[in-house]
Amino acid sequence: MSTTTAVRPGTAPAWHAGSTKALGLFGAGVLLSIWVAATDVRLAYILVYAWFGVGYGLLLQYGRFCMAAAVRDLFAVRVPRMAVGMMIAVGLFALVSAIVTLAGFSGVHPSPIGWHVLIGAAIFGFGIVFTGGCATGSLYKAGEGNVGAMLVVVAISFSQAVVVSAGGWLDRLVPASWTASAEAKDMPAELSVTQGWFDQFIAGYVWDLQAATLAERLGGTGSATTAVLVNTLAVAIVPVLVILGLLYWVYFRPGYMRRAKIAAPTLGQHLAGVWAMCTASRNTALAGAGLGVLAGAHVWATGAMRAHFEVDNFGELLAAMNHQAGLSMQDTVFDPGYWYITTQEAQWGAWVIERLGVPMRDNLFFGLDNGVPSPLLNAPGLMSIGIIAGAAMMALARREFKWKLPNMEAALFAIIGGTLMGIGARIAMGCNIGAFFATVTNGDPSGWVFLLGMALGAFAGVKVFAWWVDWQAARRGDDLAL
Amino acid sequence: MAVTFNQTGDGKWTLDVCGYACPHPQMYTKKALEKMAGGDQLTLVFDNPSSGESIMAMCDADGHEIVDRIEGGGSFTWTIRKA
Repeated sequence: MSTTTAVRPGTAPAWHAGSTKALGLFGAGVLLSIWVAATDVRLAYILVYAWFGVGYGLLLQYGRFCMAAAVRDLFAVRVPRMAVGMMIAVGLFALVSAIVTLAGFSGVHPSPIGWHVLIGAAIFGFGIVFTGGCATGSLYKAGEGNVGAMLVVVAISFSQAVVVSAGGWLDRLVPASWTASAEAKDMPAELSVTQGWFDQFIAGYVWDLQAATLAERLGGTGSATTAVLVNTLAVAIVPVLVILGLLYWVYFRPGYMRRAKIAAPTLGQHLAGVWAMCTASRNTALAGAGLGVLAGAHVWATGAMRAHFEVDNFGELLAAMNHQAGLSMQDTVFDPGYWYITTQEAQWGAWVIERLGVPMRDNLFFGLDNGVPSPLLNAPGLMSIGIIAGAAMMALARREFKWKLPNMEAALFAIIGGTLMGIGARIAMGCNIGAFFATVTNGDPSGWVFLLGMALGAFAGVKVFAWWVDWQAARRGDDLAL
Repeated sequence: MAVTFNQTGDGKWTLDVCGYACPHPQMYTKKALEKMAGGDQLTLVFDNPSSGESIMAMCDADGHEIVDRIEGGGSFTWTIRKA
């Protein structure tokens, strides 16, 4: 059967043209991986990232798992599906991460808490309403053939590259205290940290903030085991349960009790209701659980790889393989070791801009730590490609792949929204994955500040979006005003 | 392409949101259902898979029944009976 024949779900044959294409894509990936590893076994470092990406992509598409929906659909159509899925994923990732940390394999570091997290997240949250997906969501939807989503990825890439390197008139917006503090950090002259808005933001403001897990903020709680327990329970599990309870009480309970015809529910019936809410969208719940476990396994895999190759950063392996060109001045590259999205996209943007003749290394972001490696050697970048590929495989197998070209409005929203996402993500030091999902699951409370900001931004975004749609409908004189 | 919402018969409506990504399909479906009378039937056509999950949740919460689903080639044609 072709992929385009429309049938009722469950009646399509188990094997169809899309299955063949999915398998072909998978097989091509396997062959390519074997060839790469045969070229140099140290390139397996990239392959691990890429195949975790494929795993994420498969699960994301399967579960329609996009964290933008977690806040956007909650406000726009009162659907808690993804908010619930996100909490399931956080819970599972936190548990696996606790085990990985106790085993000594974790390389996750906390992020500084400050107003920048809230503000950056709000800008990001506003943007995601217009682009139709968060940073990860845009990647997996690109894998479904959504060309608008691909535009979002392009916009995020270039906007970030510009944000972290731009100066000129932007410098006039920098508070004097930031400039002074940046200058006092005694950074290498070629990074010119007193020029460029983002350099002064980082060196003169962010670096003065405290980055610590909750256990560390509490002044250390004795053994490493106690610290992990405190971090996991207080920063992840308890907030997850509270949020699930709130989601149930506000969004799910009224409809559930009405359908069950229960007038005065007992605690047991409420608990059954919470379970019903968690399992209402089976695919989303399963994907959330799977993603949480996979993300935790990724942290372990990175730790194990670094131990095996005896490196702390992939830049050391690149240098050993004579790939010096893209490294930072410390011979490092961006190598988080877990699911992260935005920085590698900034590197893609910077790589293209460098090829156009504009220097991009005279700043902290690329020059000091992250480098601008070739996209073919950018390990987390190939994880993002893996996400697209995994989502494409799943979409093809489910007969859901379709090339979709955006109309002018969707294209503009993708570019403007993507630009806002890039700006917001860099100010907040990450997106919902890097600044929320990876943080709260590893004892870093700054992630909840990000989620709050993202929710506030999305709330405003939904209001503006609805107003826009109403205005368009009024202009057209049709019946579709929201 | 444009979003189209038309009455096609007595108590029968069609909403076509093909080409639109989140949150258009779910927001338009919500509004279309609000404009319909109880018992009316909506034929919804969309091609953004993730919107389907939200629309299913909406229907579940508000008691609307998805009476038929035809899917393939990335397109989804659902028939929803309003509660």
